[in-house]
Amino acid sequence: MAYKLVQGNEACVEGALAAGMRFFAGYPITPSTEIAEISSQKLPQYGGKFIQMEDEIASMAAIIGASLAGVKSMTATSGPGFSLMQENLGYAAITETPCVLVNVQRGGPSTGLPTLPAQGDIMQAKWGTHGDHPTVALTPNSVQEVYEYTIKAFNIAEKFRTPVILLMDETVGHLREKMLIKDPSEIEIINRKKPTCKPEEYIAFKSDDSIPPMAAFGEGYRYHVTGLIHDETGFPTNNSQIADNLIRRLVGKVENNIDDFSYYEEYKLEDAEIVILAFGGVSRSAKSAVDKLRSKDLKVGLFRPITMWPFLEKQISNIAQKVEEIFVAEMNLGQYYLEVDRVAGKYCRVEKINKVNGELITPDEIISVIGGKYELQRNN
Amino acid sequence: MNKFEIQLSGSGGQGVILAAIILADAAIKQGLNAVQTQSYGPEARGGASKAEVIISKEEIYFPKVTKANILLALTQNSYDKYIANLDKDGILIVDDHIETDGDIPGKVYILPILNNANKKFETRMVANIISIGAIYALLGEKVINKDIMINTIAERVPPVTVEKNIAAFKEGIKLIEGIYD
Repeated sequence: MAYKLVQGNEACVEGALAAGMRFFAGYPITPSTEIAEISSQKLPQYGGKFIQMEDEIASMAAIIGASLAGVKSMTATSGPGFSLMQENLGYAAITETPCVLVNVQRGGPSTGLPTLPAQGDIMQAKWGTHGDHPTVALTPNSVQEVYEYTIKAFNIAEKFRTPVILLMDETVGHLREKMLIKDPSEIEIINRKKPTCKPEEYIAFKSDDSIPPMAAFGEGYRYHVTGLIHDETGFPTNNSQIADNLIRRLVGKVENNIDDFSYYEEYKLEDAEIVILAFGGVSRSAKSAVDKLRSKDLKVGLFRPITMWPFLEKQISNIAQKVEEIFVAEMNLGQYYLEVDRVAGKYCRVEKINKVNGELITPDEIISVIGGKYELQRNN
Repeated sequence: MNKFEIQLSGSGGQGVILAAIILADAAIKQGLNAVQTQSYGPEARGGASKAEVIISKEEIYFPKVTKANILLALTQNSYDKYIANLDKDGILIVDDHIETDGDIPGKVYILPILNNANKKFETRMVANIISIGAIYALLGEKVINKDIMINTIAERVPPVTVEKNIAAFKEGIKLIEGIYD
């Protein structure tokens, strides 16, 4: 099969359709608009539905509703819309409704820099909705990866009955480069577990393995869905033991299974003494920087988390024990640095490289920080 | 050269992003690597618009142009804003209404792109495709086959304008080759 020139946002729709998305509700916003636009063109051809909603609160609500009716659903937005989606993101988490929320990050806060890249929603992705809750966020760095990880986002959502955030940035969303569309036979598709019991025996939130089988509304299985703490039947309760069990199960089903979806790239790490940790668009700059710094005889490598949340604690801790210093390069003022420092800081130095002016961090900017520091040390 | 960094700039609506997409698409059809990016303001028309293409035999990590081997400027505003991005050995292509500085280090081609679009094609809409012709003439057949370029243009422009745009592409080539005559 031949390579095609594809835009990141377009690749997201291709991946979603390949994963089985048949419903999209959204409110177009730069730099994610192409995802809504292309979904509106393509979904009818796949027998799916597209709805342009009145805002992002409703968009998130609509995809939860569609998913409860048994249809794989997605929405896409950017900063301001991501803020509005937070309440219903929590609703999807507590009702265990699989869905995919794409956030193509732009400069913030508020309407910020609409057409320019940023990575300022890292912590919002983790903690934007209130209360303890599971968070899965994936960050691709190429058009091919947008396609692949959109499919994986649906698979994780379906397998663990949880919302999954595809956390892109404008650089990757608007990037055009070559992409290979896979044959459907080569793509792994995971669908939600369905109940095998009779409808009258179905207890909606009862499970043997912390992920309850999910019936679709309209299939004859009757159950109750609420954002309140609920028991196995789905009806609200204030019982402290049930509340404790529920929250621990929701968070645990994701956190305890992280090995199932720990995605990352290691580049020239084998003998590295200095590591650049970067993700999304910035990781491409970091990779260029690694090559150029290596040509100056500095032993530099790259660690690129693709799974942003849950945090890849095991992998980053292992690296920290082998290296002198980790530089966390990101288009915000040091959000992921906080997590990296928490885990790596007891073993090695952790430094930050940040930029918030709407421009991608360049390889030269990374080189000047690391090269400047280490060549200077060597010269002394 | 194994890597070309090309920057196309103009006013929003002039189609420099489409021009960049066509170049990148043709390069990929040729079996090369290419990345295409753009930066633009919140407005749909007007404002400075910049599109970039990197074409390389190697894998391309950093997707933005650092120093342009070829810089196209269709407006004074975009020339003023982006001229500093031109590599010291780079090639500048500017529309002939633009006032350029005297001390540009590389080669400079001052071409009647907008004027010929108006006169020969009765529409400014083809200025971007004339520009591709000029850029293509500088890249040469060794980088991308001409039939691939023409087929890519035909695929990427509205069907009723295919002939006009292919003629515009050839006009751009003539503008460069004419200089050599």
